[in-house]
Amino acid sequence: MDAILLQILNGLDKGAAYALIALGLTLIFGTLGVVNFAHGALFMLGAFCAVAVHQFLTLEKIALDPDKTTAWGSPLEIRTPYIEDWFGDFGATLIDFSVPVSILVAIPVMLIFGLAMERGLVRFFYKRPHAEQILVTFGLAIVMQEIIKQIFGANPIPQPAPEDLRGMIDFGAMIGLDAGAVVYPWWRMVYLLFSGLMIGGVFAFLQYTTFGMVVRAGMADRDTVGLLGINIDRRFTVMFALAAIVAGLAGVMYTPILSPDYHMGMDFLVLSFVVVVVGGMGSLSGAVAAGFLLGILQSFASMNEVKAIFPGIDQIIIYLVAVVVLLVRPRGLMGRKGVMET
Amino acid sequence: MKILQVSDVNKRFGGLQALNNVNLEIEEGAVHAIIGPNGAGKSTLLNCFVGRLVPDTGTVMFNGTSLLGIKPHEINQAGVSRVFQTPEIFEEMTLLENIMIPAFAHRDGSFRINAWASVAGDTEIREKAEHILEDVDLIEKKDVIAGSLSRGDKRRLEMAMCLVQDPKLLLLDEPTAGMSRADTNNTIDLLKKIGERRITKIVIEHDMHVVFSLAHKISVLAQGTVIAEGLPDDIKGDPRVQEAYLGGAHL
Amino acid sequence: MNDMASNTRDNLLMVVFTAAVLTMPIWLTPIGAGYPDLLQKFAIFGIFAVGFNILFGLTGYLSFGHAAFLGVGSYTAVWTFKLLGMNAVPAVFMSILFAGIFAAAIGYISLRRAGIYFSILTLAFAQMCYNLAYSVLTPITNGETGLRVLNSDPRIFDRMFPSQDTDGVLLADFFGIELTGYQGFYFCAVLLIIAFYVSLRIFRSPFGMMLKAVKSNQNRMNYTGLNTRPYTLAAFVISGMYAGLAGALLCVTDPLAGAERMQWTASGEVVLMTILGGAGTLLGPILGAALIKYFENIFSAFNEGTLQSFFSFLPESLREITVSVSSLFVGEGWHLTLGVLFMLIVVFLPGGIMEGIRRLIALFGKRGPGDGAEAKKAGALPAAAE
Repeated sequence: MDAILLQILNGLDKGAAYALIALGLTLIFGTLGVVNFAHGALFMLGAFCAVAVHQFLTLEKIALDPDKTTAWGSPLEIRTPYIEDWFGDFGATLIDFSVPVSILVAIPVMLIFGLAMERGLVRFFYKRPHAEQILVTFGLAIVMQEIIKQIFGANPIPQPAPEDLRGMIDFGAMIGLDAGAVVYPWWRMVYLLFSGLMIGGVFAFLQYTTFGMVVRAGMADRDTVGLLGINIDRRFTVMFALAAIVAGLAGVMYTPILSPDYHMGMDFLVLSFVVVVVGGMGSLSGAVAAGFLLGILQSFASMNEVKAIFPGIDQIIIYLVAVVVLLVRPRGLMGRKGVMET
Repeated sequence: MKILQVSDVNKRFGGLQALNNVNLEIEEGAVHAIIGPNGAGKSTLLNCFVGRLVPDTGTVMFNGTSLLGIKPHEINQAGVSRVFQTPEIFEEMTLLENIMIPAFAHRDGSFRINAWASVAGDTEIREKAEHILEDVDLIEKKDVIAGSLSRGDKRRLEMAMCLVQDPKLLLLDEPTAGMSRADTNNTIDLLKKIGERRITKIVIEHDMHVVFSLAHKISVLAQGTVIAEGLPDDIKGDPRVQEAYLGGAHL
Repeated sequence: MNDMASNTRDNLLMVVFTAAVLTMPIWLTPIGAGYPDLLQKFAIFGIFAVGFNILFGLTGYLSFGHAAFLGVGSYTAVWTFKLLGMNAVPAVFMSILFAGIFAAAIGYISLRRAGIYFSILTLAFAQMCYNLAYSVLTPITNGETGLRVLNSDPRIFDRMFPSQDTDGVLLADFFGIELTGYQGFYFCAVLLIIAFYVSLRIFRSPFGMMLKAVKSNQNRMNYTGLNTRPYTLAAFVISGMYAGLAGALLCVTDPLAGAERMQWTASGEVVLMTILGGAGTLLGPILGAALIKYFENIFSAFNEGTLQSFFSFLPESLREITVSVSSLFVGEGWHLTLGVLFMLIVVFLPGGIMEGIRRLIALFGKRGPGDGAEAKKAGALPAAAE
């Protein structure tokens, strides 16, 4: 029982990341009809916003302490981040909370990048074949990846979660199981909560605003909405930027869980595409459901008991599910008819 | 001799009874028109002949064998060719290639890996294709990409693609839909010319001018049921038809 | 008469192609590509791309999992070396066979879906192969270390006919000729020529015409009495066999097979090669493959020193800027060049290099008598894209 609960919890945070990326992917696909292979790179870009903010906040002032010397006899260097030097304790807290603080930076960065990407590149590909969309965004993903690699290097850069959130919750004790049976890191809890809020926010935005209503109408039938005299293109541009922000923030918050490196986006992209297809192309709720489902399945498959019966299942479970779903339910779990069939 | 026998065919889409006990017999060599108002079930019926839809109940017999549950390509190989409402052609390929593909399908069957043969070296197929292109007056354009043709020319090309297979039964789904009067007349002339080959034809049509200048026999479909059947002159005067089809307004 | 003309044109193409491939060591030397390691890669990835083009270029089915067949070919080749001996001929034969069987199985399932669903299915299968090769299949694949031939392996034929030196590094041979350096290149080159010839025959055959028809209009094909599924499956298997051959040759020139060959980026690479050169054209994929491998090998070998001397004609201050900017694109950063190039090609020249060449020829008005149809096709494409 507790083992199962633990696996579900373990799967949820990964599933949440899948769900957030897949949500953006399917939003872009549903509204613009574009297969965006650079979406994983947007996730990566968000993660590196967090890295950049952390590096910026920890820029250090180097002072020499004339009274003390190091073991080699040179004067001891005292390194203090400028921010601490200027703001004292507040600065230290700022550094401690650099990951959540990065959100404030990531939003404008992702917004501008998303708008530029849509206006500068993607919009020329609305009417082009899917193969060309895949290729051009794939090319863009390579470029983004390589630039990040040039700036930040090829190695993963660990990001600390705020100190208070580094510990574990004794989840088991909270719900009446033995103490220590089900422990779960606080930050993952935060991530789950955060992704829940983001998903809820996107759905509420689409459901309850006029803007969202037009976008949903556009997803169902773009031509008709265009005929009604609504400038659907501009709204789609905004949707693209929104999807970019969602992916970026998912990346920011994921950094304490997985140290970002330049190719993390590609790794997540492939899985997210599988998630989108399993959920059903163009279905937002399908993408979210499939994201969590596959995350949990993956974590179950990596249980030793399961691996003993099916060796290697943890490596292939997601793809296996994708194959089965596509063959049994060609349009995914919640896909609409006629989407992407040719 | 009946080439196609349709008995008691029913087809339901959700709450809509698209076809309701349809019975139809097509005489070999005849031009049989199926007319009826929009939504009468004409295209549904046609789709049941070519394997795109399977009727809920009833039988469709072609030359004594059932067509139910048989795939479209097998039905074509049995001798049924179809012209679509919007021409279905190989847009990116030349006219000659467009004709050669069905010619190969007719000669070599539904699948064959003849990867070592040469298309250009197959004089039998090419001559046959060129001959058909001459018949439909498209021979000068044989090396043109089909996608650049006018709508009327595309329709003619599609008919040529069907004719090159020497079908026993040719199904025409609104062959003049969306055409100018001149193109319509050209198509009628073409169909009359094809008539000389004595291919059985089923024509679904809105345009009365086309129907009455071609058909030997007419069936009228309304709300999924055949309400009248007979020679063109009988149909013209049939009050039931005028009621159902034309709302008694004209003719 | 018509077929005589096209026949002559194809024969001429074959002669020119054969001559060009065989003399590559000579005419590629001035641009710094005239060494065997790189030439082998041109030939091997040329074969891979030519095969991929039979599927993607003709039928339009975009497979994102062809690296799996490359990997299967490589592993089969090394196992053939291990079991039968270092002769390349059985290894090549077995690799093609096994890759074909794999392709038939994966294709049979994947081809039930079209469009992006097909792409995802092939991607899923390739990722499964890759992940399994790294984990549970380690006894067969030797996991991360990679599979190589050991002196202790059975190598039945080598034991039956022992050659003089059995204690050196084990290298593939062709009936006694060691396939390293230029011998290795010529072995690959001959196979590239054969592979190209087969592809040419397929392009000109009724079978090839049916594959193009699949891309154009499957609905019409069905109502024309053609069963599309076996055609696409045949194309899939053929292209899988090409990939198997390429995988085998990778091991012939260097008897080591690693799972990274099966990763999806490797599948992406062959898509790039094909598109870059021109999908659906005969020569394009080979050009694309050569260009990408050229970039990879030459550009990644550049460093700041080479750039300094390259831009030495510039004044000091300007030179520093130029060097520091361009150094982003070479050496470690050659992927950046690749990405940029890729985007430029897709944005401005979706038909790839071959379309560029055609446009250039059209520009200078020197349209050959036989190129009329192809040029018209190229002209029709942008119009269709509007």
